[in-house]
Amino acid sequence: MVADIVLIDYGMGNLWSVGSALSYLGCQSTISGDPGRVARADALILPGVGSFRQAMEVLRANGLAEAITEAVLGRQRKILGICLGMQLFAESGSEDGFSQGLGFIPGGVDRFAREELGTLKVPHIGFNRVVASDQSRLFQGLGGPTDFYFVHSYRLLPTNLPGQSATCHYGVDFLAAYEHENIFATQFHPEKSQTNGLLVLKNFLDS
Amino acid sequence: MLKKRIIFTLLYDSGSFMLSRNFRLQRVGNLDWLQRHYNFAHVSFFIDELIVLDITRGDRHLGEFCHTLEALTAGCFVPIAAGGGVRSLDQARALLRSGADKIVVNSPLFDQPDLVQDLASAFGQQCVVGSVDLKRQTDGSYQIHTHSGSQPLAQPPQTALEWLNQDWVGELYLNSIDRDGTGQGYDFALLDQLPADCSVPVILAGGVGNGQQLAVGFADPRVDAVATAHLFNFLGDGLQRARQTLIDQGANLPVWPSLDQLGLRNTPEPATA
Repeated sequence: MVADIVLIDYGMGNLWSVGSALSYLGCQSTISGDPGRVARADALILPGVGSFRQAMEVLRANGLAEAITEAVLGRQRKILGICLGMQLFAESGSEDGFSQGLGFIPGGVDRFAREELGTLKVPHIGFNRVVASDQSRLFQGLGGPTDFYFVHSYRLLPTNLPGQSATCHYGVDFLAAYEHENIFATQFHPEKSQTNGLLVLKNFLDS
Repeated sequence: MLKKRIIFTLLYDSGSFMLSRNFRLQRVGNLDWLQRHYNFAHVSFFIDELIVLDITRGDRHLGEFCHTLEALTAGCFVPIAAGGGVRSLDQARALLRSGADKIVVNSPLFDQPDLVQDLASAFGQQCVVGSVDLKRQTDGSYQIHTHSGSQPLAQPPQTALEWLNQDWVGELYLNSIDRDGTGQGYDFALLDQLPADCSVPVILAGGVGNGQQLAVGFADPRVDAVATAHLFNFLGDGLQRARQTLIDQGANLPVWPSLDQLGLRNTPEPATA
């Protein structure tokens, strides 16, 4: 388990429920939006719902983008991005116009395209089946395809990324989870995915 | 493949949980009572989502509702939507800070659309659940009623719901005032009241009394999730049994292991009601 885990507060995520899932697993976490605190943490979680552009603007304006980068790339601390948090790890996003992301994951985030979806509805809401690679650390112990809760309209596509650890199908195969060295991310909400999600969070804490 | 969802709706009024029948309310018990008899954190492992609505007919006390929401949802690892009487961004924020992931709005859809747009731009479209109550007229047509079912809307539903594809709401919660609490099963004619090009996920509510009626609900391809607010028919181990039966019958529902199977239980096995 991690000694000092910080949930990054930038006004755009349900920190309460992530914190509550961690505390259920016996891990006390700190909610903070202070860049100094974030840069010093042993481990970070970046949750988030809302718009990519707005989120990046807030992270930059508060000095959090820099603090996260220092902790993750400079000090090699582990980080888990959840939903929008995962998308912000990408190089860029096209929600509300083009904006640059944190650049931890190669590729861009775009809205599900009409031609991908046919008659399927957007947002993609509900539990859907996730297929993980056997080597995945996050999905260890789940055995086979597993259901997780998604709610999103934008997605990253799997493009043979080295850290592509799980995919999900909704009209198109999209990236459901990423893990590369100290960088972890899930498009689904582990804190909202019953015991399946608790195990993913536990695996992140134990990794 | 995207799974169907079973949603449990808890109705709250001035500190108590309620049963509703045709929108007439009956007091059931307070939070202590609910926890003592049903252990909600345990029950929540057998649903896909939880909706908690403050349907207080008089003056609402948001602080007290938020406090209840927080206590209720500790140990629940499912999406939680809350609403009832939300008239400002600050009120929505208070609910989101108390454990809610989504905000349910009903009357503002029709008399305060600016708020709905503001909610969507502040928290994202996926954060807003539009709740619409419909009542069947003697001529077979349907009418939307707002303000706890008390005020009929003059416009026909399809006209009143024209804004649906403007990306303000992420989901639509359709409830039948006539079937509410009756156990007669869902009224699928509610789905015909939507504009033809509706592309918003639909939660169907109102009228379910048993597990098979839930299955009939999600057999309709237009239905993305089914909801029930019937405390007595489904709490205790009612939801657990209904869910297992549906999964055994091949229903397209998500599955997860029990806390014990994963060795994650950190609380003693709850007493059953």
